[in-house]
Amino acid sequence: MTELYDAPVAARDDNAPVIDAQDIRIWYGSERGPVKAVDGVSFSLRKGEILGLVGESGCGKSTIGRGLLGLLPPGAEMDGALRFKGEDLLALPKKEMFAKRGAELGMIFQEPLTRLNPLMRISEHFEETLRTHEKSIGKEEIQRRALEVLRLMGIPPTRYRSYPHEFSGGMRQRLMIALALVLRPAFVVADEPTTALDVLVEAQIIRILHSLRSEFETSLLLITHNLGIIAEACDRVAVMYAGEIVEIGDAREVFSDPQHPYTRELLRSTISLSTTGLNFIPGAPPDLVNPPTGCHFHPRCPDAMNICATRHPVQHAMPNGTRVQCWAADLAHGRAPDLTEDDTAPLVREEISVADEA
Amino acid sequence: MSSGSGSLPRYIAQRLLLMIPMIWLIVTMVFILLRVAPGDPVTAAVGGKLNEEALDARRAALGLDRPLIVQYLDYLGDIATLDFGKTISDNRPITSIIVDNGGATLSLTIGAFAFALLMGIPLGLLAGRYRDSAGDVVIRIFGVVSYAAPIFFIGLLMQIWVAGPLGLPTSDIASPITKFQVEPVTHILLLDAIIAGDTESTVDVLKHHVLPCFTLGLLLSGVFIRLVRVNLLMTLKGDYVEAARARGIPERYVIRRHAFRNALVPVITVLGLQVALTLSGALLTESTFNWPGLGTQLIDYLTARDYAAVQGLVTFFAVVVVVVSLLVDVINAAIDPRVRY
Ligand SMILES: Nc1ncnc2c1ncn2[C@@H]1O[C@H](COP(=O)(O)OP(=O)(O)O)[C@@H](O)[C@H]1O
Ligand SMILES: [Mg+2]
Repeated sequence: MTELYDAPVAARDDNAPVIDAQDIRIWYGSERGPVKAVDGVSFSLRKGEILGLVGESGCGKSTIGRGLLGLLPPGAEMDGALRFKGEDLLALPKKEMFAKRGAELGMIFQEPLTRLNPLMRISEHFEETLRTHEKSIGKEEIQRRALEVLRLMGIPPTRYRSYPHEFSGGMRQRLMIALALVLRPAFVVADEPTTALDVLVEAQIIRILHSLRSEFETSLLLITHNLGIIAEACDRVAVMYAGEIVEIGDAREVFSDPQHPYTRELLRSTISLSTTGLNFIPGAPPDLVNPPTGCHFHPRCPDAMNICATRHPVQHAMPNGTRVQCWAADLAHGRAPDLTEDDTAPLVREEISVADEA
Repeated sequence: MSSGSGSLPRYIAQRLLLMIPMIWLIVTMVFILLRVAPGDPVTAAVGGKLNEEALDARRAALGLDRPLIVQYLDYLGDIATLDFGKTISDNRPITSIIVDNGGATLSLTIGAFAFALLMGIPLGLLAGRYRDSAGDVVIRIFGVVSYAAPIFFIGLLMQIWVAGPLGLPTSDIASPITKFQVEPVTHILLLDAIIAGDTESTVDVLKHHVLPCFTLGLLLSGVFIRLVRVNLLMTLKGDYVEAARARGIPERYVIRRHAFRNALVPVITVLGLQVALTLSGALLTESTFNWPGLGTQLIDYLTARDYAAVQGLVTFFAVVVVVVSLLVDVINAAIDPRVRY
C-alpha cells in the first residue's frame, strides 16, 4: 500500500521532468505519401504540471498524445527522443511499454460514451486494470481502491456494479478518469476530454482535472481546441499548427502577450463577452503530406513577410519567457539580425478568393 | 441494480405481446394467398377421384361453402387453440403431421446449427484476427462458396464422395430396423433411441444425421464466418478496445475479453434471423436426403395440391419462426444489458 504513494527517486526531484519529449516526429503512411502529423515537437513536463496543447483540429494533437503512450496505429512511424522519468520510452520493449501503460502513463479520451466495454460492469473494468498491473491483488483491495477514486470523482459506491450504459456522458467521463487514475500514473494525456460534453459538465470535468495535481501529483498533457479550458486549468500552453509547436510558454504570458500571429488569431477567434463579432482565421490548415514551404502558417498569416514563404523559422526564446517559431516575432525582438530589407517586406500574394475557400 | 435498468421479465412480457400481431399478420397473409390461388382446394386435391356429391360433402365438411370472412374467423380461432386444421387428400390432422414428422426436422436443424457454429465461429474469429493473411483469404472464399453453393449440389457431393469412404448412410433418418425397434416417446428419434438405452439404434440414428446436418450446416456456416469476421474487425477498431490497450491490458486479453466476446453478441441475433433460412434450407436438405421431416411432408402435400395441408404447415413454420425470434431476443437481452431499453 505505502509503496504506492512513494514516488520513485527520480520524480522526487521536483525539477526533473516527468516526461521529456525532444524533436518528436510522427508520420502516417498514406497513398499520397507520408502524412507528417507531428514534425519536430519538443516539450517537457514537471511533476504535477499541466501543459495545455491547443490548435485547430487536424494539426496533430491526438497523434502526439497517442505517440507518447505508444498507441499509434499500425503503419505509423515515430522518432525523436522520449524520456519518462529519465527512461527512454522509444527504446523500451513492447512488453514493458504495456506494463507502463495504465500504471504510469494514463490516457483519457474524447468520447466517454464509447470508451467503456458495454458488456462489462464498471467493477470488471477496475478489476481487469488493477489485476493486469498488480498480479496478486485481492478482490477487496481492488474494490477499496476503485471506490476511493470513484468517490473522488463523485461517483457513489452504489454504482460500482452498474453497466456503462446506465451512466450519463459526464459520469462516464468521470469513470474514465477514475479508471485512468486508479493506479496513480505519473503522467496522463487527456485528449479533448470535454469536447463531447455539455458546458456545465465540462466545467466540472475541468475542475476535476485541475485538482489532479494536488490529489495525485499527476503531470497532465491537456489537449483541447478550447482556449477557455487552457486559461482555466493549465500552467503552460503549447500552440500547435500543422504538426509543429509554434508557441510555448507560461499560460498567462501566452494569453496576455501572444507572440505568434497564429496564437493571436486563435485568441481573437474565441467567443468572449467583449468581442462583438465572431472572428475566424481565413483559409484552412494545410495538407500535411505537402505542407507549404517556409513557415507552414504563411499562407494564412496576416503578418507574413517575403522570408516566411521561403525559409522555415526557428524556435527562439522571447523576452517574456515564451518560445516562439516566427520570423515576425524574431524581427520584433531582434532575434533575426541578418534579415535583409527584401526579406522583411510584406509578402505579396494573390488574394484568397471566396471561390478558393469554398 | 440501479433504477434506470430495464427489467428482464418486463421485457419478455413486452415481446410476448408483440408476438400476437406478428402471428396474426402472417396467418392472415397465408390465408389470403391460398384463397386467391385459382381453383377450389377440394377439386384440386381430390377432384376426379370422387363424384360431385362426395366433393360437395368434403367442401361442406371443411366449411368451404361458408362465406370467406366466416372461414377466416374460424381459422383464426383454430390457430389460437393451436389447431392447424386437417389435410384434404387424406383427412389427417396437421397437428399429427407436426408431431410425427416435426422431430426429424428439429434434430436436423439443431444438428445443422451445431455444425454451423462449430465451423463458423472459430473460422470467423481466425479470419478476423489474422486479417488479410493467407488463412483469412482461404476462410473467406470457403465462407462465400459454402453460402452460395446449392444444397442439393453439396448434398450430391456428400453422397458421392464422402458417404462411401466414411461409411455413412445417404438416405432417411434411420435404418428400417431402428425405426421398428425404437418406441416413439418424444417423436424425436435420436432422443427416443437414447431414452430406450439402445446404443446400436442411437449410433445408427447419429450416423444418419451426419451428412444432412453437415450439408445444411455448411450453408449456415458461411453466414456465421462472414458475420463473425466483420464483427471482430469492427470491435478491434472500437473505442473501448483502444481504451483497454491504453490501460496496459495485454493484447491477448484485449482480443479475448473485449473483442471476441463483443463480436459474438450479434451472432445470437443473426441466429434468430437465420431460422427462416434454415427452415427453407431444411426443406431442400430433406428432399435431397429423403429425410422424413416436415419439409418432405410439405413438398408431398404441395405436389398433391392439398391447400389445407399447405396452409396448416406454412402457418406452423411461420409461428416457429416468430417464436424462435422471440426466444433469441430474450436470450440477447439476458446477455447484453443495453438491449432491454
Ligand atoms: N490513422 C491515421 N492514418 C493516417 N492519417 C492520420 C491518422 N490519424 C490521423 N491522421 C492525420 O494526421 C493529422 C493529425 O491528426 P490528429 O492528430 O488526429 O489531429 P488533431 O487531434 O489535432 O485533430 C491529420 O491530418 C489526420 O488526417
Ligand atoms: Mg484530436
